Amino acid sequence: MTGTPLLRFEDVHLAFGGLRVLQSLDFDVRAGEATALIGPNGAGKTTVFNVISGVYRPQSGRVLLDGRDLAAVAPRQRIRHGIARSFQNVRLMAHLSVCENLMVGQHVKTNGLRDLLAPFRLMGNHRWRREAIDALAEVGLEAHADAPVGGLPYGIRKQVDLVRATLAGASLVMLDEPAAGLNPTETNALRLHLERLKARGITLLVVEHDMHFIDRISDHVVVLNFGRKIAEGSLAEVRRHPEVRAAYLGIEEAA
Amino acid sequence: MSGYQTGVLVILCFNIIAAYAVYLPLAANQLNLGIAGFMAVGAYAAAWLTTELNWAIAPAVLVGGGASALVALVVATPILRTQGIYLALATFALGQVISAVFLNLEVVGAAAGYQVPAYAPAPAVFAATAAIVAVVFYLSRTRFALYLTALKNDATVSELLGLNVRALQIAAFAIGAAIAGIGGGLYAHHFSFIEAQHFNVALSITTVLYVLLGGTQTVWGPLVGALVYTLLPEVLRVGAGWRYVLFALFIIGFMAVRPRGLVTPDLGRRLGAMLMRRARPGKAVP
Ligand SMILES: Nc1ncnc2c1ncn2[C@@H]1O[C@H](COP(=O)(O)OP(=O)(O)O)[C@@H](O)[C@H]1O
Ligand SMILES: [Mg+2]
Repeated sequence: MTGTPLLRFEDVHLAFGGLRVLQSLDFDVRAGEATALIGPNGAGKTTVFNVISGVYRPQSGRVLLDGRDLAAVAPRQRIRHGIARSFQNVRLMAHLSVCENLMVGQHVKTNGLRDLLAPFRLMGNHRWRREAIDALAEVGLEAHADAPVGGLPYGIRKQVDLVRATLAGASLVMLDEPAAGLNPTETNALRLHLERLKARGITLLVVEHDMHFIDRISDHVVVLNFGRKIAEGSLAEVRRHPEVRAAYLGIEEAA
Repeated sequence: MSGYQTGVLVILCFNIIAAYAVYLPLAANQLNLGIAGFMAVGAYAAAWLTTELNWAIAPAVLVGGGASALVALVVATPILRTQGIYLALATFALGQVISAVFLNLEVVGAAAGYQVPAYAPAPAVFAATAAIVAVVFYLSRTRFALYLTALKNDATVSELLGLNVRALQIAAFAIGAAIAGIGGGLYAHHFSFIEAQHFNVALSITTVLYVLLGGTQTVWGPLVGALVYTLLPEVLRVGAGWRYVLFALFIIGFMAVRPRGLVTPDLGRRLGAMLMRRARPGKAVP
């Protein structure tokens, strides 16, 4: 159902003390599409994610998911409403293995107290473990299933963080700079993986600096600068925009 | 088994129970420094039930554990709102308050202590300890334990993944309190006498110390911590006064070498790998 907005920002304002981080922000994330959120460092992209997942509350304005105001949904409940995310600075649980991290990601699909107290670690190759390993296999990381997360290279942790965000059956997956720190092979595998997620009908909201990457995966681009939306459209369109060129001048040469 | 050996084993059992009472909240990132207070609740409640109401020991001890868990649930809301050092101080204060209450409670003997005629023999203590250890090991195989580690690592992300961090922490705190209460109830009926002074700060703190010594990252840690704490002084055969000094020195020395405790997941994996190598010689371990 391409075209209808799954998520909508309506005149959202957010400030930290005197620092205005989001200003009168309006934009839509259309269902089934990949929307890219770009802009220079400090533009407010991660803050947008934090508002959507409920870490921060906007001072004014509304964030609507499927027409429903998210202000009424506690942060913990948002994943049940189909919102999942990865983290720019990779927030895996360092003392858990890769597989265990993914199992925490499965939580909202489990069945209350019964599953909470099921001794699945006594049950050999439990369904939860198989599901986690299948998801890892999609990005070719199944060999790392039992590795403690702490010791893994950054690129692998980054991908595990992403896979974890996809295990809750979310309809909107937000990825904060998923390609940052990945080598070209990993970036390519990531792109294929995002294509697969899209093919499953998952809506993506992606913050990324790699313009080539954005070009390949996104259907729509929203450009932020100093917490304001300065342009939106296709990547080619926003690139021609004078304010975008000015914002990126000397930073990325508008790629 | 000689009387001496039985005596040491019984002490070991009580130390193991106390260790798991401290370990469960600690696994959820909560340092409970008032564990002796929760033991006191269980001890006095169970002792009162058998003595005044002629209950059988087993149900009385279980209800004592329940009473202790109830106290934990009641105080959880104000107390667990605090974090880190403040939580430790709040539980510390709570332990003191509980001890002071029993010191002045006439129905259970107040400062004179409380005689407990119903007797729980050593085998009963062994069986109860085995049951508690089995329950904790069972829990460690569940999502509940997985989630405790997760929230200890990163509470914000855990919350965003849908975990009810607060409910999990309260559950861990209350289950720990229940275990402490059961330990207290058994203690009362094995030693036939309790006094409020026994459930003091030193008891709380030494328990936390040997749990930290054993390590809090795996379910084996508290068991090993309690074993070392109980048996090392017996092996060294030193007098009571020196026992704690030596133990303190041992802890300081050990923490310098293994800051995460004796038993860590990494150690578990290395042992596992070693056993695998032995079982299948020549085969490389990935
Ligand atoms: N919790 C916070 N407290 C104060 N300032 C913050 C906080 N989070 C973000 N900011 C500020 O908000 C601005 C936008 O940050 P961020 O959303 O992380 O930018 P981006 O992801 O686009 O690089 C920056 O100036 C940053 O310093
Ligand atoms: Mg950012």
